[in-house]
Amino acid sequence: MTAAGTDRILGGFTILVFLFILAPMVSIIVFSFNAERYPSLPWGGFSLEWYRAVLTDDTVRRGLGRSLRVAAVVSVIATFIGFATAYVDYRFRFTGKLGFLALATLPPTVPVLILGLAMLSFFSLIDLVGTLTGVIAGHVVLCSPFAMALIRMRLAEMSPDLEGAAWNLGATRWATMRSVVLPFCKPAIFSALAITAAVSFDEFMIAWFVSGLNETLPVRILAMLQGQVSPRINAIGSIVFVITITLVFVAQVLTTRKSDKETR
Amino acid sequence: MSETSPPRRRPRIDGFAAFWVAPALLWNGLFFLAPLAFLVWMTFWVVRNYRLTPDFVFSNWERMLTRGFFWDGFVYTMQIGAATALVASLLAFPVAYYLAFRARPSARRLAIFLLITPFFTSYLVRVYAWIVILAQEGVINAVLGGLGIPAISMLSTSFATMIGYLTLCLPLVILIQFFALSNVDRDLVGASHNLGCGPVRTVLTVVIPSARIGLILAAAFAFILSFGDYISPVFLGGSSPPTMSILIVDQTKSGNNWPRAAVVAVVMIVTLITVLFSALALAYSRGRART
Repeated sequence: MTAAGTDRILGGFTILVFLFILAPMVSIIVFSFNAERYPSLPWGGFSLEWYRAVLTDDTVRRGLGRSLRVAAVVSVIATFIGFATAYVDYRFRFTGKLGFLALATLPPTVPVLILGLAMLSFFSLIDLVGTLTGVIAGHVVLCSPFAMALIRMRLAEMSPDLEGAAWNLGATRWATMRSVVLPFCKPAIFSALAITAAVSFDEFMIAWFVSGLNETLPVRILAMLQGQVSPRINAIGSIVFVITITLVFVAQVLTTRKSDKETR
Repeated sequence: MSETSPPRRRPRIDGFAAFWVAPALLWNGLFFLAPLAFLVWMTFWVVRNYRLTPDFVFSNWERMLTRGFFWDGFVYTMQIGAATALVASLLAFPVAYYLAFRARPSARRLAIFLLITPFFTSYLVRVYAWIVILAQEGVINAVLGGLGIPAISMLSTSFATMIGYLTLCLPLVILIQFFALSNVDRDLVGASHNLGCGPVRTVLTVVIPSARIGLILAAAFAFILSFGDYISPVFLGGSSPPTMSILIVDQTKSGNNWPRAAVVAVVMIVTLITVLFSALALAYSRGRART
């Protein structure tokens, strides 16, 4: 077989796999505008009925409000913790550092279902079940490692002598942090804010276990799924996609712009 | 304070360092480590009059580990998790190979963006989309019907569960494989071609062994993600046969027996740690033998 022929087969296969990955998202968006009650082919005509139904549904609106509030708080706390952990890894050496890093970065490797059960049972002891504070506490655990990874990658590009130079010039370590380290990390900090907000906004398992009656939006979607197939889910899904894809896109633009500037 | 003192190469832990260590230590100590420790401890508690009561008995362990449904669930979850890891790896490899060695840089950038995006977009909603696509009156059967082929029942099967698992893990598997293949030494591949190896033989004897660590880790992550997932086996697989995750939710939400759910969770954690360490051992030990 010629190299060009092999390439064409590989490229075709790649496109098929991407169609598989993207099919659900395309289906959601297409059927959210479908006039038919049951999402099926042929398409029943264009309609905004499901968006209207969703946006006038109080449980959905309250869920969306809670999700946005939780995501906003989580992104700030998780990014601060992620930054602190990344800086510790970059700057300090001490006994027990490996254990510290494991504690800080392992949460995403534990299935969220198990995190949810563990948090539900432990939070019931300290009266956090049924509160958004409990959801925030759990989401920060899950999200801060993502912030840590993004900011740690950025710090890896910073010369270790930069801080030393500032110290030699008489700056305190706090002043150096404020005027050297933080500005250098700024793009990574903003993308960490966006990514952690996206992860929290989408998370349903911890929220399902911990939130009680304070349903967040994904928990509401889960409840609708348990009910029956409803085209409303397509409309909510499209809204959720737009919000998270915007966040991820913002994060990627921030990350790429920074590296473009430096490779120039 | 020693802030104005000349910089040391390895600063000791002091007020400044403690300030940056404390957030993760306190937060994850209280909201991650403590809940997990409590989860293990709780397996020895009992439920009396619908209340969780401190105790130290082995009845939850005995009750779960001696039941057939528990082991059936365990075996089924292991099987479908392993099958997903295999299928995901096989589907991902040609894609990762194409992206790493063949695709143009612009196509590669777009592909990576498309692979990262699903990771942050609602898995729940994507599973719902598969229900619509696979249902009896769904998209696929509508297309088949148009061709005169009778409808196929796809929901509530292990096939549908695996579609959901692949939705969850395939993008990540492709990304890890892609990074592993990108790090393969191009000179080695070139040398293999110069020595007269065809493309298939080069892939089998040069590319795969060089990227082995990444390939094994990718498969391990596919297993870990599917093993712990609750959504696909319920909404696509129709809860039958039940997986470990379904046992946990049943015991927690309907059975209201948290200690027994905790037993299942602890068994899952032990299994995942065993699988992860076996994968790491496999990835690194054979590497040493070869080089």
